[in-house]
Amino acid sequence: MGRFKHLISIEDLSKDDILYILEKAEKFESIARGERKSKILEGKTLANLFFEPSTRTRVSFEIAMKKLGGDVINLTAQEAISMAKGETLADTIRIMSEYVDVIVLRHPLIGAARYAAENSDVPIINAGDGAGQHPTQTLLDLYTIKKESNLNNLKIALLGDLKYSRTIHSLIKALVLFNAKIYLISPESLKLPEEILEDLKGDIQYTKLDDVIDEIDVLYVTRIQKERFPDEEEYKKVAGSYKVDLKTLERAKENLIIMHPLPRVDEISPEVDKTVHAKYFKQAFYGIPVRMAILTEVLID
Amino acid sequence: MVDDKDKKLTISKIKEGTVIDHISSGKALLVLKILGIGPKTKEVVSMAMNVPSKKMGKKDIVKVEGKFINKEELDKIALIAPKATINLIKDYKVSKKFKVHLPKMVEGILRCTNKSCISNCEREPVTSRFYVYLKDNKVIAKCYYCNKKITDVDKYIV
Repeated sequence: MGRFKHLISIEDLSKDDILYILEKAEKFESIARGERKSKILEGKTLANLFFEPSTRTRVSFEIAMKKLGGDVINLTAQEAISMAKGETLADTIRIMSEYVDVIVLRHPLIGAARYAAENSDVPIINAGDGAGQHPTQTLLDLYTIKKESNLNNLKIALLGDLKYSRTIHSLIKALVLFNAKIYLISPESLKLPEEILEDLKGDIQYTKLDDVIDEIDVLYVTRIQKERFPDEEEYKKVAGSYKVDLKTLERAKENLIIMHPLPRVDEISPEVDKTVHAKYFKQAFYGIPVRMAILTEVLID
Repeated sequence: MVDDKDKKLTISKIKEGTVIDHISSGKALLVLKILGIGPKTKEVVSMAMNVPSKKMGKKDIVKVEGKFINKEELDKIALIAPKATINLIKDYKVSKKFKVHLPKMVEGILRCTNKSCISNCEREPVTSRFYVYLKDNKVIAKCYYCNKKITDVDKYIV
């Protein structure tokens, strides 16, 4: 059996498990780039069960599966709901787990993936549950840092919507395992929830981007998660309150890398894309080998 | 004339059953809730609140006749009454005596405070589940599904 059956939260993995997956992902890069062919998952089917919209994550899993010779079925929010006709998530999962070999689930309610795992005979991979976790994103984020920067002695700034961003909630839990120096930068109303902060043992502090731009190795930028705000007024107060542009980067280290889980709205100015710092598109590509490593881990004994 | 014996507050001894003593004062009603004792209960149940106690100043007591409640059920009481002691009575005598221990996990008796948690989704057949532990002598319950913590456990007992 692989190291884990389900992948629900990054907290379920030890630092050793994480390093193991990152190393495994390296071996899949050439297949991800199309330089080598593989049929290692031939005969296996993946179901993308997305109760919330997504392009990147869904397509990323689809490509990863197909390039390994496997099959994919996609159930988008509308299809999932109309197919369900008021069916419980528990039943939907139970039925799907009879048809396919692995289910990738994205759901608006936090804890949904953990709950799905209880009702499934096949592996459940959490592609995002409410404002909860996004473990595959964290793994590809860590892979990006490993390849483009350095996981050891890391100085990283997390900028933006720290309150609703599950990529941040997931990533920060892994960063403390690597003893990273973590700077939190956000509008006052979008700070990291106290709940998450109080459980973390690490070098974490709030600061302003200007104060640390010359010392950090990684700048991780997030979009303000409009869809998670309880009301429009709250959103309007913070929309557009930060932006990374060429001026911001004037004093940055030459080997600073900028990451963003995408989609981006206006947080990173397009002029930054051409700089050596911009790694967000490469980051998106790295999702493929990382997801290949995860899929082979849960599907192959 | 009222003599001394009548003035003292006595709770009658039971012949056979479970006595839950040293409940933090005022919590007896919650203890009954946790144990599922309510309108449909068949057993004779007696309860006293704010009884003087040498050990605790004030305490509550609950007695359930004709039933030996199992230890697992009783440990749930530790969530709100950590000092509670249990006496199993046979033939008016204490046959077994033990303290309650905080369980590591509880199902069904607490409600998660996070509205967006799957455990609060009404149409799902899901029972709430919480990890329970002590921090700075306070009982903390952490939702198994969404990780949200409850620090004032009393308020969220269902």
